[in-house]
Amino acid sequence: MKLPDSKDFWSGVMLIAIGGAALFIGRDYPFGTALRMGAGFFPLVLGAVLVLFGVYFVARGARSSDKIEGNWSPRALVILPLAFVLFGVLMEYAGFVPALFVLVVGSASAGTEFKLIEVLLLAVLLTAMCVALFIWALGLPYPLFTGS
Amino acid sequence: MELFQQLIFGFGIALSWQNLLYCLIGVSVGTLIGVLPGIGPLGTIAILLPITFNVAPVGALIMLAGIYYGAQYGGSTTAILVNLPGETSSVVTCIDGYQMARQGRAGPALAIAAIGSFFAGTVGTLLIALFGPPLAEVALQFAAPEYFSLMLMSLVAAAVLAQGDMMKSIAMVALGLLLGIVGRDVNTGIERYSFGITELSDGIGFIVVAVGMFAMGEIISNLGDPEERKVFTAKVTHLFPTWDDMKQSIGPILRGTAIGSFFGVLPGTGPAIASFSSYMVEKKLAADPSRFGRGAIEGVAGPESANNADAQCKFIPMLTLGLPASGVMALMLGALTIQGIQPGPEVMTQRPDLFWGLIASMWIGNLMLVVLNLPLIGLWVKLLEVPYRLLFPAIMAFSAIGIYSVNNSSFEIYLTALFGVAGFVWSKLGFPPAPLLLGFVLGPMMEENLRRAMLMAKGDPSVFVTRPISLGFIIITIGILIVMVAPAVKKRRAEITD
Repeated sequence: MKLPDSKDFWSGVMLIAIGGAALFIGRDYPFGTALRMGAGFFPLVLGAVLVLFGVYFVARGARSSDKIEGNWSPRALVILPLAFVLFGVLMEYAGFVPALFVLVVGSASAGTEFKLIEVLLLAVLLTAMCVALFIWALGLPYPLFTGS
Repeated sequence: MELFQQLIFGFGIALSWQNLLYCLIGVSVGTLIGVLPGIGPLGTIAILLPITFNVAPVGALIMLAGIYYGAQYGGSTTAILVNLPGETSSVVTCIDGYQMARQGRAGPALAIAAIGSFFAGTVGTLLIALFGPPLAEVALQFAAPEYFSLMLMSLVAAAVLAQGDMMKSIAMVALGLLLGIVGRDVNTGIERYSFGITELSDGIGFIVVAVGMFAMGEIISNLGDPEERKVFTAKVTHLFPTWDDMKQSIGPILRGTAIGSFFGVLPGTGPAIASFSSYMVEKKLAADPSRFGRGAIEGVAGPESANNADAQCKFIPMLTLGLPASGVMALMLGALTIQGIQPGPEVMTQRPDLFWGLIASMWIGNLMLVVLNLPLIGLWVKLLEVPYRLLFPAIMAFSAIGIYSVNNSSFEIYLTALFGVAGFVWSKLGFPPAPLLLGFVLGPMMEENLRRAMLMAKGDPSVFVTRPISLGFIIITIGILIVMVAPAVKKRRAEITD
């Protein structure tokens, strides 16, 4: 079976999934009464609203033919979040300088053009600039290198 | 005249050397990112928000506001010189501005854009000063039911008036509201959607959402569909418009300012709607409409005034009611909250320095922009030659440091990565990101006011329609929905969006 490629269809699926998850996870939150609304009132109403929107879009998607435009830029979609996660890990275990350096080089590799020397130069410059600005000038309390 | 006394008080604050410096930094950064495509005021303000924690509230707000309206100026520069709207607000300026540049009249186009913007900015500043205090006075009478209805109205209006698919905008508002309730419930102490993660029990940081969607999500999109940038570095000569240019532009500037101010106070209408409306009006009024699209100066003067007036007037609901009328204003509210200031009508009475200082600084900032933009135009154009491949890693770096510095938490970095991916996917599916941010910021406030209203009314939901002010908001909300579903409006809306 071929998957539908309508924008609306997938929008609907996504909203049903999010709304459904909200309803499922929030099923035990106390709903409360009209006088004293519980913690569950708002989440459950919103979850239901999202599911309804989802159903609407799936139905609309069955009739519409608006395809998803452009490409999914898979390279950037994987690399950029990954570079961010790596930054988070390195901040904890390696320090500000390696974290930032890896982030800049990593991000740059998501681009369409990648010139190694240019990127290394950019990383060195940016790291130096950020150390001067954030660590020295603004006084953020991060070790440049952990354990040194 | 009390108004003048207060304005003078405001100028006293805005003219302190620190605040002048913050203003200058703000408008310079704003012009910079306005010129650079691929990074907008929303993303920039989100990234720079954490840096403003150490700055006094007045200075922080002055700087952030400067970025916002500075970006409008920068955006028009590239629209005129390179036919490339740096910001969505200057899309319309491309049409006639670029034609003027090709005819060797780039100077007058830039000058008239700056003059129009400055005039509109001045009027906008005066409007805030005039209408802010009485509005806040009224808002002080509001209780929980009024606030709930007002927020409902502005969310619906924001979703409906925003560009793009209306149903998708409303869905995004609901999603934003849902994301806003993550964390410990203030009334009952129950953890909601925090999955036992301690970092989540205080809720999702709104900088995380904003940077994820507006900085990282944008970059992913841009790398997927790279736009071509042809840099047209024409020599800008004869900066000064001729007397005829001036005469032709006075009407459009006045009308554009009025149109922009009107749309400015409406929630959800981006500056693009204001500038587009102004362009249509000028074209209708012109004796010879065929000149439009071929370098008519009115087509620059009107829209440029309109988008700046719109930008200024967006501050009115934010400062007086604590209501964000756009994504940027949602960030400004966030900035206030982070500084420990509860947004709302009390700001004006409890922090008059903040209110009047900000207003005065906006006028000063507009003046700085004229000075900054016209003589230094060559410098800004040079910046266009910075290739995107060098730019986006730098944006990533600043984003990461900014987010990490909020709570010194790697978890928020991971969460931002998640929102980056989500933001990209949502934009691919045609969901506009700004409504989500509005819902996200208003979510907790709305829930709180709903609960209080129900408690106040002993569980009777009719409280929202029996109190006159609240009823008024509800009627307007329903009215907006009905009007928007009407076929004629729907069609017209589709035309504008395309």
